[in-house]
Amino acid sequence: MLVGTTIYALINTAILALMAIGFNLTFGISGVANFAYGAFYVFAAYGIWGMLNLLHIPYLLAVLIAVLANLILGALIYRFVLLRVRGQALSEVIATFGIGLAILELFSYFGWVGFEYTLPVFMDRSFIIAGTYVDFQRLAILGFSAVLIACLWWFTHHTSIGLAFRGIAQDERTALTFGIDSDRIAMLSVSFGAGIAALAALFIIPLGSIAPGEGYDVLIKALAVCIIGGLGSTGGVIAASFIVGFAERFTDTYIGSHWTMIVSLAAILLVLTIKPSGLFGKQKELEERI
Amino acid sequence: MKKRKERIDRGIKARSSDIFALLSWREMLYLAAPRLLPVIVCLLLPLLLGPYWQKVLLSVAVVALLAISWDILAQTGMVSLGQALFFGVGAYCSGAMNHYWGLSPVLTIPIASLLGGLICTLILLPVLRLRGIYFSMVTLIIPLILVRIVEATKIFGGTEGLSGMTPLPSTWFELYLSMAVLLAVLFGFRRMMDSDYGLVLKGINDNDRSVINAGINIYWFKAQSLFIAGAIGAFCGAFMTHVYMFVGMPVFALDYSILPIAAAVVGGPGTLAGATLGAFILVPMSEALRGFGGLRIVLYGVFLVVFIVALPEGIFHYIQRKYHQIERWVEVDK
Repeated sequence: MLVGTTIYALINTAILALMAIGFNLTFGISGVANFAYGAFYVFAAYGIWGMLNLLHIPYLLAVLIAVLANLILGALIYRFVLLRVRGQALSEVIATFGIGLAILELFSYFGWVGFEYTLPVFMDRSFIIAGTYVDFQRLAILGFSAVLIACLWWFTHHTSIGLAFRGIAQDERTALTFGIDSDRIAMLSVSFGAGIAALAALFIIPLGSIAPGEGYDVLIKALAVCIIGGLGSTGGVIAASFIVGFAERFTDTYIGSHWTMIVSLAAILLVLTIKPSGLFGKQKELEERI
Repeated sequence: MKKRKERIDRGIKARSSDIFALLSWREMLYLAAPRLLPVIVCLLLPLLLGPYWQKVLLSVAVVALLAISWDILAQTGMVSLGQALFFGVGAYCSGAMNHYWGLSPVLTIPIASLLGGLICTLILLPVLRLRGIYFSMVTLIIPLILVRIVEATKIFGGTEGLSGMTPLPSTWFELYLSMAVLLAVLFGFRRMMDSDYGLVLKGINDNDRSVINAGINIYWFKAQSLFIAGAIGAFCGAFMTHVYMFVGMPVFALDYSILPIAAAVVGGPGTLAGATLGAFILVPMSEALRGFGGLRIVLYGVFLVVFIVALPEGIFHYIQRKYHQIERWVEVDK
């Protein structure tokens, strides 16, 4: 039982990391609040579902269109909404949260909830690892999130756009003097975050089904991982996913499923209270507490 | 030829801003009208409306009070995304006192307001040092966690909640109690925010470090502001518990956090009157849109975005400007 729980905790960690990466790229690394992230996730999921089941578009093409649509939607939201309230952190939060609310509630108005609303798994097989059944989809998530985190680290440390992402979070004016167009970079960051949300939906949704409520869950989990790990750090995402992932799975097995959500929420509260910039965060202290 | 918009105070505004206002009825009316209007509306509306809209008026009052409580916190530099915390704590306080000890609403509502304010202040005391968005995230999370705790530990009736509270004497009592509290809170705290005490609170929002420099303990003031806002929110919760005769997990719902923020943003933050105006616009509108079902919340979201982007000052400031000033286009000098 301990081994099985550990394996599933590891997979849970990968799922959390995958959910959080897009949000981390936008909010954690470039400091642009995008609280419509959960809505992007659900939007992509319903988009792919609709293209597969209603329009009968081939799988790969549908995925490509959904990712592109999310990239464009993210850019549009930045250009027409976020740009006008940029710099006022709370207006950014309220505006993006409003957009997310509108998208998610629109989907729940359509009432597309149920087991038939799900995406196909990549390969319908399962393996036995150390006496525990693990299906291929979960292994794929494990592999993909490891690759994606590696890509994210490489992207933010060794490409000029990635460095610019971190630059605008550290000091926007200094970034401007280095010739970084902060509006363009912020737009890219929202757009990339939305694109990654589509990929995350593609991998994670086959484990369950699509529901508008999922959007809020994804947002809270991504927020939890980002806050605990610390804004502006890739290593933090990994560490925080491990902490929350293992804590959730072990509480679920040994204490009770009611307590799973409480554990991750309590972890956020504790970290926010003691060290608001997170375990590995390197932000400016005076901006967060006084 | 370039033009710019010029704003000039109306003559009547300049004349009525000192003692000479007493010289003419017109100027006294100009001064009194904006203050009398809400009083008259609040006192007459319960008489004019039918039973269904009277219930709507109750939720208008509750949302307005929550929005005022949000606004007081926001003016002190603490933007809360979880008014449901205040509402829920107040609701559970009065509910538990009424259910377990059988106290009458006359006692439970005032006690729950003060106790609720105190509990909320104590809950948020450890995060008083947090600024801006970090404080907001904490307030967003606390109601969520409280719901799960109630669900997991099954205290206060767990998922079932507590029912069978003592109802208030009559609908008229409910209506006029809520209206009286709304007016008292609106005018009382508007006055408070204009006093020296309010100036300190606003100063914390504008620049907390210079308030510290002035030798003022900002944490003490922030705690007081939290208590005030918490007590107003807790009153709403306690009041609604006795109106619905039920208290349960829905009191921590996201609605009680989103609606007041929407009302304050639409009405215009920073004046308390704007928050009230926003509630008087949004809640009836949402009732009128009841036929659309789930689309209502979609409209809320869209409203929030449109107002934040297009009219960030809110309706109240817009009306206030039109009332006090004339605007005209003038040519820009070279």
